[in-house]
Amino acid sequence: MPNPQNQTPMIALRGVTKRFPMTLANDHIDLDIFGSEIHALLGENGAGKSTLMKILFGFYRADAGEIQLNGKSITIRSPRDAHEYRIGMVFQDLNLIPAFSVAENIALFLPDLKAVLKPQEIDERINEVSKQYGLEVNPRALVSQLSIGEQQKVEILKLLLSNARLLILDEPTRVLAPHEVEALFGVLDNLRKDGYAIVLITHKLKEVLECADRITVLRGGRVAGSLLRAEATEEKLVALMFEKELSGLKIAEPKRDEMSTPVLELRGVETYVEGAGMSLKGINLQIRPGEIVGVAGVSGNGQKELCDVVLGMELCVRGEKYLFGKNLTNRPVGAMRKNGVSFIPENPLAMASVPFMTVLENMALTQTWRYARNGGFAMDWGVVKADIQQTAKRLEFPVNFYTIAKSLSGGNLQRMVILREMTHDPRLIVASYLTRGLDVQSALAARQALIQAREGGAGVLLVSEDLEELFTLSDRLLVLYGGRIVGEFKPPETDIYQVGHLMTGSKVEHVANG
Amino acid sequence: MSLLSILGVLSSAIFSGTSLLYTTLGEVIGQRSGIVNLGLEGVLLVSASSGFAVTVITGNPFLGLLAAALIGGLTNMILGYLVIHRKANQLASGLALMFFGFGLSALIGKPYVGARINGLPRIPLPGTSGLPQLYTSLFSFDILIHLSIPTAILVWWILFRTRWGLGLRAVGENADTAFASGRDPRLIRYQALFLSGLLAGLGAAHLSIAYTMNWTEYMTAGRGFIAVALVIFSRWHPMRAIVGALVFSGAVAFQLLLQSSGVQVSPFLLDTIPYVLTILVLIAWGGNRRQSAPASLGCVYHGTE
Repeated sequence: MPNPQNQTPMIALRGVTKRFPMTLANDHIDLDIFGSEIHALLGENGAGKSTLMKILFGFYRADAGEIQLNGKSITIRSPRDAHEYRIGMVFQDLNLIPAFSVAENIALFLPDLKAVLKPQEIDERINEVSKQYGLEVNPRALVSQLSIGEQQKVEILKLLLSNARLLILDEPTRVLAPHEVEALFGVLDNLRKDGYAIVLITHKLKEVLECADRITVLRGGRVAGSLLRAEATEEKLVALMFEKELSGLKIAEPKRDEMSTPVLELRGVETYVEGAGMSLKGINLQIRPGEIVGVAGVSGNGQKELCDVVLGMELCVRGEKYLFGKNLTNRPVGAMRKNGVSFIPENPLAMASVPFMTVLENMALTQTWRYARNGGFAMDWGVVKADIQQTAKRLEFPVNFYTIAKSLSGGNLQRMVILREMTHDPRLIVASYLTRGLDVQSALAARQALIQAREGGAGVLLVSEDLEELFTLSDRLLVLYGGRIVGEFKPPETDIYQVGHLMTGSKVEHVANG
Repeated sequence: MSLLSILGVLSSAIFSGTSLLYTTLGEVIGQRSGIVNLGLEGVLLVSASSGFAVTVITGNPFLGLLAAALIGGLTNMILGYLVIHRKANQLASGLALMFFGFGLSALIGKPYVGARINGLPRIPLPGTSGLPQLYTSLFSFDILIHLSIPTAILVWWILFRTRWGLGLRAVGENADTAFASGRDPRLIRYQALFLSGLLAGLGAAHLSIAYTMNWTEYMTAGRGFIAVALVIFSRWHPMRAIVGALVFSGAVAFQLLLQSSGVQVSPFLLDTIPYVLTILVLIAWGGNRRQSAPASLGCVYHGTE
């Protein structure tokens, strides 16, 4: 373990400030990054972690502040400058080009790439480095054919081959299965031993405590505190991340009638998907009123198709779908909505709202038939407002009707979508990656809303990759793999490892020893 | 149908397809960088008219060729300024460029309507010298035809085997990634558009200086748009563009043959054959999900803050 107190930091940020039109993203931030260290940058969504690192990478330009490399002041105006100073970054939503091969994606970032490409030579260099760090991947494979875990490997290879000495990883574990996370941390550990400096942006406390040497917590664009691993505890970090104490989830014992008609029943449903998607095969599923059915799985194993089938956006080629005993197989989305089905998708900006409309307009979008007056030539905005305000009061969400949806932060926008979907007493809620990318407080609010809906007797289909979330919320837990349901549990009867292995298609090797 | 008439169809397909091929190759480069150029028709017209004018003035078709190519590149810079710098909508800007080209080319070409020129010299295909005169004349091609397939190979090589081509394709797929790799997406798009315009200029030059050897208003007759369609047909690949250009111009030539051999079908209907073929091809590819269109084709690159 090095003794950073006596050495010059590899990178030092001094008074870095960045203002966006709506917010002050970084407010005079000081940060020291040392070689041979994993430095965790911890904070809620919108705390300014990604912005700060994108400034260091030259993707954004700071309004004020200084960057020092080994004690000397430098200016970074673009990623090209950052490459020069051997700084590399993996963005949150992986920026690989799916249509390119692994080798092409990596070649793009090679500092000494020749004007005429030598594919053979590039492949060899990739294989050399990938063997050294256990990041084996086929250089000729198309990125679109790789799993998320493999893509993450390619991103890291890309950084290493680009000659970077400082590796910035923005939420690298967000989409990885538990054992893939362990493998990633193994790789990072080896890199640290070889003298690399690593910055890990995350909002998962457990990961921070597992692998970081130094932890800096950002809150509202400022440094809330910086700790060495030895000084850090979960309580301390939470206290730094949030100003007020978090209230836990309030879960009342649900009232359920096992004999009542299921809200949703799928009988032998199969779909056919061309190309990259995953077809569903023989799906049998029942959701009772007042029940949350969790669906675990690595993304791309049929979750999207399952939600789409339930919502009527994808056709079943075989099998039937019943809603309260009514056969609604292959009826369109509109019919499903009118029958009380709500949908909370993973990406509220892209899939559940129109970015340039106001919140109020977005609120009416899914129920225009309900609010239309004079044969559709007018809308009763007053009723829209009243309806939403009522739900807002129940869920304790603040709401500002005249903001443009695009200008809301991810967490607030997701709150708006949840508000809309919880209005009009939905009987079935399909929630897909409900809390992906949400900060801890927003995630808690979103989960609380689901629990409230369950208490009101709604059935919930909850698709998630966050196993802890699934274990806390679900009454029943299904595991999807390769378009099939490969496991069904009551959460107390299983554990994360068993589910994790089913998720990745491997046999259960060790049961209940974690 | 005699062998001669079949060879005649082939020869005329090659003659009329060459301008299409050059234009299509140029558009492949442009679209690979993420820009759709609906103004191609206008670019072709401006290039064709100015190339013809220069040939008339100097009496040298090669100077005309050079002028047409340069003018094509420069005209494309207008589109570049609109869609790269001013971040305008590509389709609207393209259509504006097209109408601009209609007018400008008519103005440039006006004094030269009916002028006679010495077109690009024809060089017989090697190995055909022993054949009867009738056949050799069918396969006596100008330099642009001889260079058309090598050009397609060159474009393929540039796109897929050079550093610059890799960067260009990256901009068309995801400009942010290209920027993160240390490249300037705007500069690359300008370069791509210029090269694309050069090639379109060569195509236009072939039309006015080598093939028809005259200038008439709107002589391109939709070739700019056909080229955009052929880019889709060839799925953004230069080698498949050769097939596309030949199939399309083959249909044109075949249709002319049918008309001249007195087939009892309305000539207006026959005129539509190549276009119907284009529509059919688009329908066939349209059903294919893996079209391999560049992912950010048509998207404005906004840069970062």
